Amino acid sequence: MSFNMTDQDQITSSNESAQGGKAVIEIKDLYKSFGDNHVLNGFNMTLMEGENLVVMGKSGSGKSVMIKCLVGLVKPDSGTVKVLGKEINSLDQQKLDELRSDIGFLFQGSALYDSMTVRENLEFPMRRHKEKLGVVADTEPLVREALDNVGLAHTMDLMPVELSGGMKRRVALARTLILKPKVILYDEPTSGLDPITSKEIIELMRSIQKKYGTSSLIITHDVDCARVISERMILLVDGINYAEGTYSQLSQSTDPKVDAFFKK
Amino acid sequence: MGETSTLFKGVKEFFIEIGDLSHFAARFFKEVLKPPFEFKELLRQCYQMGNRSLILVTVTGFIIGLVLTLQSRPTLIQFGAVSWMPNMVGISIVREIGPVITALICAGRIASGIGAELGSMRVTEQIDAMEVSGTNPFKYLVITRIMATTLMLPILVIYGDLVALYGSALVENLKGDVSFQLYFNTVFDALSFSDLVPATIKSFFFGFAIGLVGCYKGYYSKKGTAGVGVAANTAVVMASLLLFVIDFIAVFISDIFYEL
Repeated sequence: MSFNMTDQDQITSSNESAQGGKAVIEIKDLYKSFGDNHVLNGFNMTLMEGENLVVMGKSGSGKSVMIKCLVGLVKPDSGTVKVLGKEINSLDQQKLDELRSDIGFLFQGSALYDSMTVRENLEFPMRRHKEKLGVVADTEPLVREALDNVGLAHTMDLMPVELSGGMKRRVALARTLILKPKVILYDEPTSGLDPITSKEIIELMRSIQKKYGTSSLIITHDVDCARVISERMILLVDGINYAEGTYSQLSQSTDPKVDAFFKK
Repeated sequence: MGETSTLFKGVKEFFIEIGDLSHFAARFFKEVLKPPFEFKELLRQCYQMGNRSLILVTVTGFIIGLVLTLQSRPTLIQFGAVSWMPNMVGISIVREIGPVITALICAGRIASGIGAELGSMRVTEQIDAMEVSGTNPFKYLVITRIMATTLMLPILVIYGDLVALYGSALVENLKGDVSFQLYFNTVFDALSFSDLVPATIKSFFFGFAIGLVGCYKGYYSKKGTAGVGVAANTAVVMASLLLFVIDFIAVFISDIFYEL
């Protein structure tokens, strides 16, 4: 039973939301199943330019599957996924790789390459996109700038195993920034971190968004993260966008399924 | 009824596994000649696989040569054929024991290592991160590793053969007063082109099989960290079995040519 926010709460339509600019991500009627497990059942979403959109949902609700559909890591069963005006599923590999250079992806567990130093981790995404960055040989200034942004320039020659969880997440964020993406996708950016480090990461996300004017899609089940960073939120329940609105609108909802997210 | 269905399920899973492995191998051949080529990573993998297996191959080869000679000596003395020792040991090491033992050692050392490494990269989303950054992880991780094992195993086999022959020569020198020079001259006189070529060719196939199985198991590792252990373990078992199948086919084919 889908909860219609329009009837019960003041909801902002996705197209009217945020700055009212152009859409950078559009998902329409997205379906994805794994065997008998129907993960996404007609999910719809629009992310506007410069907007911070948070998608919240329980563990296993399909948040990560949805975000992976946006970069072509998971092929949907049906539906359309447009990123920066391009339909992801109709792109050939070369075009998809080109588009991916405009999309930053912060993975849940940081996903730093264990066998490479921090410097090599940051240089790795540049291998295929040197033309875009205008880099010929010396990648050092770009690596240093990206690490400076997250306050970790001194870790350049360390291995990931020598970093704490929070530092790994920040280095991963620096790696995400190195290609100067237009959209950044955050998959559970604060999961597994202590409250203080989580706050630092959230602050970092906000400062990056201000500095580079990127659009951000944040997947989380951390209510505090959603409260601080979101301009608009979508609650993903049973594979659909169950409720949509600002944090204050949703947190005051009387719907039990929505309320369950905000109960302390 | 229950046993029949379990057996049927097992057979079905076996054929699915073979099908998936064949599909993985087909993808390797499809992508191996397509640019971009990851030469730097290939060299790194060659160095890692060759260098890190060297001590293991040295110790194993030396002991095999030593033991084979010690075990054969009493029987050959009984038949008055101890002078045939270098010929017998040389041919058996070069044609069969050297390649198979070295490949089995490498299956344990390299296939499990690749399975665990790629499996861990899969469960920690490093492979996904690579794909999102615009790098084809199959080319960067799989093709380089399979190429490295295919190229390095024949070199390790030749090296292992030489070490095993040295171990054998040492025994003959200490127990039979045979000089090293005489021993090696006899060995190389006994060996012909038809002994070396099939052994070297099958070593390439052994290397390919080790890399292929290790990568296949690691690349499609599932079920979290437990899956990494399973990937490493099954990679060794599957690679070892595959080595014996390849060895049987290689011996069968070379035997046909030998008779011709």
